[in-house]
Amino acid sequence: MAGEVSKAIPPKDLWEGGRSPFSMSYGKIMMWFFLISDALTFGAFLVTLGWFRYTADYWPVSDQVFYHIPFVHSELPEQGFPLAYVAFMTFILIISSVTMVLAVEAGHRNDKKNVIKWMIATVIGGFVFLGSQVWEWAGIIVGPDGVFGTYDDTTMQSNFLGGWLNGAPIEGPKQYAQIFYCVTGFHGFHVFSGVMINIVILINVILGTYEKRGHYEMVEKGGLYWHFVDLVWVFVFTFFYLL
Amino acid sequence: MGGAHHHETFISKYIFSMDHKIIGKQFLITAIIMAVIGMGMSILFRIQLAWPGEGFAFLNFFLGDKWAPEGVLDPNMYLALVTIHGTIIVFFVLTGGLSGTFSNLLIPYQIGARDMASGFLNMLSYWLFFVSSVIMIWSCFIETGPASGGWTVYPPLSALEKAMPGSGLGMTLWLVSMTVFIASSLIGSLNYIATVINLRTKGMTMVRLPLTIWCFFVTAILGVLSFPVLLSAALLLMFDRMLGTSFYLDSIFIGGEPLAATGGSPILYEHLFWFLGHPEVYIILLPALGLVSEVVATNSRKPIFGYRAMILSILAIAFLSFIVWGHHMFMTGMSPFLGTVFTFTTLLIAIPSAVKVFNYLATLWKGNLRLTPAMLFALGMVSLFISGGLTGIVLGDSALDINVHDTYFVVAHFHIVMGAGAIFGMFAGVYHWFPRLYGRLMIPKLGYLHFWVTFVGVYGVFMPMHFIGLAGVPRRYYSNVEFEMFQDVQFINPIITAFAIASAIGQLLFIFNFFYCIFKGRKSGQNPWKSNSLEWTAPVGRIHGNWVGPLPTVYRWPYDYSKPGYEEDYVPQNVPLKEGEHDGH
Repeated sequence: MAGEVSKAIPPKDLWEGGRSPFSMSYGKIMMWFFLISDALTFGAFLVTLGWFRYTADYWPVSDQVFYHIPFVHSELPEQGFPLAYVAFMTFILIISSVTMVLAVEAGHRNDKKNVIKWMIATVIGGFVFLGSQVWEWAGIIVGPDGVFGTYDDTTMQSNFLGGWLNGAPIEGPKQYAQIFYCVTGFHGFHVFSGVMINIVILINVILGTYEKRGHYEMVEKGGLYWHFVDLVWVFVFTFFYLL
Repeated sequence: MGGAHHHETFISKYIFSMDHKIIGKQFLITAIIMAVIGMGMSILFRIQLAWPGEGFAFLNFFLGDKWAPEGVLDPNMYLALVTIHGTIIVFFVLTGGLSGTFSNLLIPYQIGARDMASGFLNMLSYWLFFVSSVIMIWSCFIETGPASGGWTVYPPLSALEKAMPGSGLGMTLWLVSMTVFIASSLIGSLNYIATVINLRTKGMTMVRLPLTIWCFFVTAILGVLSFPVLLSAALLLMFDRMLGTSFYLDSIFIGGEPLAATGGSPILYEHLFWFLGHPEVYIILLPALGLVSEVVATNSRKPIFGYRAMILSILAIAFLSFIVWGHHMFMTGMSPFLGTVFTFTTLLIAIPSAVKVFNYLATLWKGNLRLTPAMLFALGMVSLFISGGLTGIVLGDSALDINVHDTYFVVAHFHIVMGAGAIFGMFAGVYHWFPRLYGRLMIPKLGYLHFWVTFVGVYGVFMPMHFIGLAGVPRRYYSNVEFEMFQDVQFINPIITAFAIASAIGQLLFIFNFFYCIFKGRKSGQNPWKSNSLEWTAPVGRIHGNWVGPLPTVYRWPYDYSKPGYEEDYVPQNVPLKEGEHDGH
């Protein structure tokens, strides 16, 4: 790689001042500011959601939209399991945050074995969440039974269903489905990148990179990102499914 | 440390460099090239505005038969040039170029650090900036022409591929370029923030930082908070264009046929865009003000007046910039009450801005002025900031704004206050820090000439423009003589264009001066301006790690000019306090 120049100075030596004002490495500071920035990206999406919700004449009730669970076919919302599936997804994601905390904690103790164990658990949690989201998306896209209706190749438009009114499906604002895909998709993209980052960190832990370095700060930085992705999901969950 | 031996090839030294000084130069030279392109475009469409419908052989030469048949600018190309001119100058010159150049150059030097926090991310930031510049320029050479809906790319012109020629591939490339640009800006800003927080040298407390660093720091924070919102807006726009969503589209008929996309709102885009757009104004302006602060204090040989008030006003401007975006949207049918709220917050910004201006004037007052080219440009910037700021008060008031909204009055206002203002700040920065960049001095005589041509040119272009605007001529129109009511003011347009051409030619002085002096300029001493801040305590020339031996320790604020008890009229920050002496402010 070109640019050996700066590598010649170890980052530790860049700081020759008194005490680092926040006793924090630059990497962690950058991660925090990145997360603030990313929060605003999501903020803009959620504001968009709010915009459409409060300008629309009609907005679907989420209980009557998200009532499917795998392997059980329910025609009507009353026969289904409102919000059960998404509650499961949320639970998985929050549990994966707990395992991430345990990995970070093990890292503080330089306990390589436990870091590996809890990182693997976190990665699995991430994959389960992503897989669940794939099923949820597939379920609401496909076929005339899908909650969001069908996709028409000739008009290049989806015939979205908004939800249910007095037992009958009615057409709601298109933006309901559109912003749903955008926000959950953007969040899913973040989970995906988080899982990839965690896998890279996990490989490095197994190879002993951080053991040689003497600290597991990289795990901590990955953890910051992972918790952020979790926290964003809490907001997405609240604004799409609960409110 | 500084002399550590390591292998440097040409590529690692000048192309994929991780050294903050080289990256700063890369940003600067890219910005100069982009500025020349952006300025050239403005001349092309100014010619159309001055002499509408007249053929000019050289237009045909530059743009070909398709875009300038018989030497008359094609209307679509006119709109494209206006759009790309705005985009290039706002984002690539004044955001990427200004902050990228001087944050990179000055942050490590002035806080006493060996380099930026992450050299790799710094390099990445530049190369993303470079790629986005290339994409933006490339979009000018495609068959349908570049994006043409104005630099704000409002939907539906930007959301519907069929809306106009530039709405097709050109608009897609615009969005791709901006996405890459946002990534570059984000990475750069994170680096600046982390560096200022973490890598200050011993004794360099936050209230001993030069005001330049305060400005860059706050600018970076503004960038981190506002660009992501533009990213979201751009993503939603891409979905509208490519995936058939309708976030921004509603009730549109094409050829009598209604569009399937309904229920969206272009006003939503405007809100998201201007939530970025207004902080963006200060992302452009604050670095310029920071450079001017340093140049004014150094060349007045006086401490900057009201150092803490300056910091507070920077912070106040930054905070207020997030709650004023509605003043760009008074004409969107917003509730008059909301209009009053935005008017109120907008006019509040006048307070910290005025604090800054009066502090500059108080610093100049009875100073021992040295009118170097940098100082002239700094004074020019203060002058433009005042003239442009006054019309800002007119535009910030919803009742007044409605009369001149989207007219040439607005064009004149923002070109003076943030366009030319920031460019002047940038010129001041280049003239002042050129010895730090290249170890040589620029030729002062050419600098003076360049200043006067530019200064007269800028006022000559934009002062008359106010009158056209007050007469009600809308901006972005291909020809102003199509309407009888505007024919009375048409005689002003050739005057403006003449000034524009003159000042554009005047920039050749700068470009010659800059590139000539990189190689042939007079060698500069270590501290040519007798300045206090730390960058001048480092040896001339590019040394990796900036200082030989240990980093300097800081004992005082950077504005101890003409301090009693010292023989010289400046006391660098690394000079220990004498017994019983107090730190300056």
